[in-house]
Amino acid sequence: MLDADFFRRWLTTATASVGREAERLTALDSAIGDADHGSNLQRGFTAVATALEKETPDTPGGVLILAGRQLISTVGGASGPLYGTLLRRTGKALGDAAEVGEEELAAALRAGVEAVMTLGGAAPGDKTMIDALVPAVDALGTGFAAARAAAEEGAAATIPLRARKGRASYLGERSVGHQDPGATSSALLIAALAETAEADGE
Amino acid sequence: MSEGGPVGIVLVSHSAQVAAAVAELAKGLAGGAAEVPVAPAGGTEGGGIGTSAELISAAAASVDRGAGVAVLTDLGSAVLTVKALLAEGDELPEGTRLVDAPFVEGAVAAVVTAAAGADLDAVEAAAAEAYSYRKV
Repeated sequence: MLDADFFRRWLTTATASVGREAERLTALDSAIGDADHGSNLQRGFTAVATALEKETPDTPGGVLILAGRQLISTVGGASGPLYGTLLRRTGKALGDAAEVGEEELAAALRAGVEAVMTLGGAAPGDKTMIDALVPAVDALGTGFAAARAAAEEGAAATIPLRARKGRASYLGERSVGHQDPGATSSALLIAALAETAEADGE
Repeated sequence: MSEGGPVGIVLVSHSAQVAAAVAELAKGLAGGAAEVPVAPAGGTEGGGIGTSAELISAAAASVDRGAGVAVLTDLGSAVLTVKALLAEGDELPEGTRLVDAPFVEGAVAAVVTAAAGADLDAVEAAAAEAYSYRKV
């Protein structure tokens, strides 16, 4: 079972990954976006880590809702409301349970991903974070390692796609040949989840 | 007519200058709209290009006179941030609405309509109708 501390460690691990990969995310974003994805997410996740040190919600849902709210209020780019909605909706779906199982997490994360699709209007194949998240959620039933692999494959599979959402969509054909920064950061988030589970021996 | 005071208008742009200038333009074109509360929420808190949830929340609170608040946005994160704040439930004043409208033309229509004492539905309709104004 996964408790509030597991979710706190997931987000702390994600904060470290985002910090480590911020330059790469911004480099990907400078090819087809506005070159702020790494720094925006780094600011957001740093705020998440700080908030989780100050407040200590005692449920998985509480941790994710607090984190989601921080991302919405601190990121300053589209990734803020998108990742904020992902975490907040996932947290709301987990409700007040003190511990949740992997299946419950998979179902909640699916609700979160669906909320992101509704908010941003993106579907699989649009070259967005959805292209990493949907395969990850589909694979999560098989395990955390499978979800991580699926997210990474999904992110890599955005390279030949033409962007249909966000600023990159204005580039049309010129967006082809670049890995989507949002799909890349989504894969980092799922990889952080798998790392946290591995460290736990889940 | 709206209940209580006029409908409040919030203008959210990636740029602080754009939001402030469109607010000034809309009020200027509305003539006697001095009493319509219009607040720009542009850029990030640090003055950069982007969207600030804090600035949007503060702007909405500052224009709320009890008759609702119409929020107009430019694009991308401005739209998504307002939608995410509305989904939150308690971040924006009751009766706050994201209005689907072109930013400049919609802002002018919204301010003029609010100045005439119209309610939120009418302000929203006037702003949205600005999409049908063809230039060619």
